[in-house]
Amino acid sequence: MATLTDVQPIPKLDPFKGVKKLPLEEFFTSGHRTCQGCESALVMKMMAKAAGPRTIVLGSTGCMYVANTTYYSTSWVIPWMHTQLGSSGSAALGTSAALKALMRKGKMKNEPINVIAFCGDGGGADMGLSAISATLTHPDYNCLILMYDNESYANTDIQLSGSTPYGAHTTFSPPGKMKRIMHHRWKKNMAGMLAAGHPTCRYIATMCMSYALQGMNCVRKALSIGGPTFIHSLDPCPKGWDYDPYLSHEMGELAVTTGVWPLYEVEEGVVKLYGKTKEIAEGRYKRGQVREYLLKQGRFAHFKDEDIDYFQSKVDEMWEKWLIPGVIPFRKEVEADSPAAR
Amino acid sequence: MTQAALEIKDAETTALITGSEAIAVACKLADVDVITAYPIRPYDTVMQYVAKLVANGELDCEYIVAESEHSQFEIVKHASAAGARVFCGSSGVGWMYAFEALTVTPALRIPMVAMVGNRALDDPGAFGVEHNDALAVRDLGWQLVWVDNAQEALDTALIAYRVAEDRRVFLPCAISCDGAFLTHSQALVKIPSSEKVNAFLPRYDRGDLLLHPDNPITVAPQANEDWLMEIRRQTAAAMERSYTVIREVYRDFERIFGRSYGNPFFEEYETEDADIVLVGMGTLSIPVKVAIRQMRKEGKKVGFVRMRWFRPFAAEELAKSLGRFAAVGIIDRDFSLGAPYLSGVLATEVRAAMYPSAKRPPIPGFICGLGGREVTVPDVVKMSDIVYEAADGKAQPLTQWIGLRE
Ligand SMILES: Cc1ncc(C[n+]2csc(CCOP(=O)(O)OP(=O)(O)O)c2C)c(N)n1
Ligand code: SF4
Ligand SMILES: [Mg+2]
Repeated sequence: MATLTDVQPIPKLDPFKGVKKLPLEEFFTSGHRTCQGCESALVMKMMAKAAGPRTIVLGSTGCMYVANTTYYSTSWVIPWMHTQLGSSGSAALGTSAALKALMRKGKMKNEPINVIAFCGDGGGADMGLSAISATLTHPDYNCLILMYDNESYANTDIQLSGSTPYGAHTTFSPPGKMKRIMHHRWKKNMAGMLAAGHPTCRYIATMCMSYALQGMNCVRKALSIGGPTFIHSLDPCPKGWDYDPYLSHEMGELAVTTGVWPLYEVEEGVVKLYGKTKEIAEGRYKRGQVREYLLKQGRFAHFKDEDIDYFQSKVDEMWEKWLIPGVIPFRKEVEADSPAAR
Repeated sequence: MTQAALEIKDAETTALITGSEAIAVACKLADVDVITAYPIRPYDTVMQYVAKLVANGELDCEYIVAESEHSQFEIVKHASAAGARVFCGSSGVGWMYAFEALTVTPALRIPMVAMVGNRALDDPGAFGVEHNDALAVRDLGWQLVWVDNAQEALDTALIAYRVAEDRRVFLPCAISCDGAFLTHSQALVKIPSSEKVNAFLPRYDRGDLLLHPDNPITVAPQANEDWLMEIRRQTAAAMERSYTVIREVYRDFERIFGRSYGNPFFEEYETEDADIVLVGMGTLSIPVKVAIRQMRKEGKKVGFVRMRWFRPFAAEELAKSLGRFAAVGIIDRDFSLGAPYLSGVLATEVRAAMYPSAKRPPIPGFICGLGGREVTVPDVVKMSDIVYEAADGKAQPLTQWIGLRE
């Protein structure tokens, strides 16, 4: 394919064929201090395993910085560097640009080196949105930005972000005597927004590490397709969501099976639902009720039936009315919306 | 931009170029690897020149137009951590928009070189020079240097890379160029041969701090009260060492390029027999020197000390020099509202530098030339007269605003 951009060497990372085929070597190991049942820590581990040893990781401020890199007990086996809360996009771009310049100018050995910058939902969907968006428009730099979404500013004690679900109890949105629901905003559709807004970006996906093999293969594809890529991972967080840590894995599954968290990839502009989400869309799996998911979490304990109904109606809308269910929230002009002129 | 400047020859050439252009030429000579741009006047002229160098194949670098100054500085910060020589810059509120990135850059021991096209901070809007932008980072570990002509801008940019990338230092350096008066004013500049530049400036070697799979380190972990203070102390020690390194580098500069700047930290003008001196930074040196020549014809022995390096601050040396005079007037092209005696930043720092000295002349301060307002020859005469009064033992206000509408 003719291309005007001047690209870096890209690694060849074929998908892992099954759990038994995974390499045993770990690149994110002991030394971290995350909560029991922290799914984001699992994402770090699987992400590093999927990427392998020739990788540089940049990490935004948040739980995955503060709890993972205590001085003298880092859990990172591969090179790792902190970046500012809103800087994941810039960290990925700058590191990749350096490798590219140094390799082209013969100042560094020319070889594929993966660059991954991760950020939380606060660092990514709120503060870092502008830098992430900018990076996704730069076709000549290979890098992956992975947003681990625990649905709050968790490290600072669980405050609501643009990615916190409607109505959730956080320390900045506590239910009170006058107001049961303090947080009326619907969760940002990060992956869909970025896919729609960055037509030259070759790979954007959602994932959930309850489906670890699929998640790792998303990472491998994102790193080997070329250019900047983005993955949005939904990560159950026992502290912020308020549930017993042993339920983390199940909580991720429920997010997917109730249709709250659709799994999809947008590869070279083509949308592909995958996993359980695909089964739901094809009618092979019955989408569960959000009630099953919400009421297992203390952050929704103040919900009344009407709140749950509202939540369900919004999820139904996403599946029944969106242009591409779960991905693109526009609606085509339909008869019901514009009755024929009399 | 003149074509002559774009074509950098192997032999030394002379070209009529602006301060901004001179720094762009220095980037080419230094073979910078990653450069990020974002528009704001007046610094952005440097990036226009850089863009042309890149477009014409004169400069081989990754040239990235960022979506904000915060990203602009973060991108090069990370590029430098991965081993690239980098260049960046900004002006006024743009520099302030990058403040978080400016904070972490020295703390991470990133030897970035940046140009500040000094500009008044908003609001209200003004394009003209004021030094508050660059001065805002004075506590953070940035080496800060002010230049007053295009030749010095080019030379200082090369010097800045050499000092910043010295393993004993590894701290960023910002070169302040007064908006319009220097960024946009042309002068004849000697452009050195790349051969000499290569002899002067070795490759950037990040050594054991390089972020690379062959050197799998964890950079900037969570240190907390356990270790933060020791790490800060190391950064402070690097700034202390910078003082010695700057001296060494200027000596080497003279040896290789055959041009000397005398004392690197400050320039003295007509001070030998002076009764009083004025002290200031940047291009106000030009009207000050004109006024001094005029006053000397009238028998007033006024001298001038132009501060180049503000960080590190050559306190002892400056105190020793200024102690020779009957009174010293400090001209601040900045403000520091509510500061001791309501003075500007430079006056406050010079007074602090003088305190341990046995010889402490009176030090009246002046705030002058804000927002790009011209510092005129009559302004300088007026300030000199006030300093003379102070020298005669007539107490003067410690801060006066000069050139202000009544
Ligand atoms: C510029 C800036 N503002 C605020 C903070 C304080 N802060 C530290 S971690 C954090 C939470 C980040 O939330 P998120 O990105 O979702 O990551 P999480 O903690 O949830 O893992 C905040 C707000 C900061 N470090 N930097
Ligand atoms: S608060 Fe949540 S994201 Fe943070 S360490 Fe605990 S479980 Fe993980
Ligand atoms: Mg979060």
